[in-house]
Amino acid sequence: MSMIRVENLKKSFGDLEVIKDMSTVVEEKEVICVIGPSGSGKSTFLRCLNRLEDISGGHVYIEGTDITNPKVDINKVRQDVGMVFQQFNLFPHKTVLQNVTLAPVKLKKGDQKAAEKKAYELLEKVGLGEKAKAYPGELSGGQKQRVAIARALAMDPKIMLFDEPTSALDPEMVGDVLDVMKQLAREGMTMVVVTHEMGFAAEMGDRVLFIDGGYIVEENVPKELFGNPQHERTKAFLSKVL
Amino acid sequence: MQTIINAFPYLMEGLQVTLYIFSIAIVLGFLIGLVVALLRLAPFKILNWVAKIFVDAIRGTPFIVQLFFIYFGLNSLGFFSLDNTTAGIVTVAINAGAYFSEIIRAGIQSIDKGQTEAARSLGLGSTQTMRYIILPQAFRRMLPTITNQAIISLKDTSLLSVIGVADLTQEGRIQASATFDAFNVYLILGIIYFVVIYLLSMLASFVERKFVLR
Repeated sequence: MSMIRVENLKKSFGDLEVIKDMSTVVEEKEVICVIGPSGSGKSTFLRCLNRLEDISGGHVYIEGTDITNPKVDINKVRQDVGMVFQQFNLFPHKTVLQNVTLAPVKLKKGDQKAAEKKAYELLEKVGLGEKAKAYPGELSGGQKQRVAIARALAMDPKIMLFDEPTSALDPEMVGDVLDVMKQLAREGMTMVVVTHEMGFAAEMGDRVLFIDGGYIVEENVPKELFGNPQHERTKAFLSKVL
Repeated sequence: MQTIINAFPYLMEGLQVTLYIFSIAIVLGFLIGLVVALLRLAPFKILNWVAKIFVDAIRGTPFIVQLFFIYFGLNSLGFFSLDNTTAGIVTVAINAGAYFSEIIRAGIQSIDKGQTEAARSLGLGSTQTMRYIILPQAFRRMLPTITNQAIISLKDTSLLSVIGVADLTQEGRIQASATFDAFNVYLILGIIYFVVIYLLSMLASFVERKFVLR
């Protein structure tokens, strides 16, 4: 069974059709990078995968569960699908440790003690073990984003969604966050990454999706998509960003 | 001076009544405000309308009319009989509730949408998100405005003297006519209100500092 199956996905905001028709499949342990010009619908595509956006048409299956079915307990599905945002969205009134333990404790994935133990491990893993007692306001952007990754991982997700995770960071912070993501990918996490980091897409992506105008224009292994793009729009886009 | 010393114990009794009414009414008012604010933001049009009509009705009418409506108006229907203190508490609570609801609504709406998205993406439900993520942040922002409304409500309790509640103002009126020293009695009355409200705002800024957002 595929981790994610998207069938004829459509998404409109009022009269504006952002996603016209998209279909793709993501298998277990795959790393999919999504690239494309701004306004092409790539973030919206990602946000449909955990139904942060209401889906206008088509189907999205997460591990076989059709999340467009209104009877599906979406909160249950989301526990398996971690998400990392461009703007981090850490909870500013909670310490780093509380940010990481809040969801597992409230959703009864274990007691406070077990959650804290795991949180320390995750913070250690993202290189921020010593920041557990700090508040998000005391961290740099790169540190915040790494906490956000730890927070998502605390739920033991099977899939991780990244929505331009490095776009709001100072250039010297980007590397730290990408390193954490690379490590995750190597450990076999299934990942969908919307990104402007073509280097990351080329190095870590099992496949790259090029999205433009509400369609998946081209989908291929990075070597082919970057080295030998088939569509004019892909060529035009790559000639601007590479 | 002697008149003040004689009047003072009565004023203190009145102050007790005022504080008793205020503390019950403000807690009730806050709960009403929270419920109305959540109705106002609920994803159901009918609930939004009910909440909006309530807020508009309270904001669009004078406090004293609300008080008369509840004490004289509702009692005249004969289904129940509210004593004047209860009617007073209910009126202050409902009045404060309407204003609190607008403060709470604005506070909730001022929290970045990304907070809700982050919480929901972790699998938290909408109620859990509101309780653990949105409201704690919103309350910190709302505290100064909540204090302001609490002070207004405290002063509104003085109007309960009109329906005979033996509050601080009512005791003041009685003492003013009993002692024939209206100037000094009302001066003292004003000072007592001032001191109470000053202490209240000191308490509020203490709480604010304690819970300041980092």
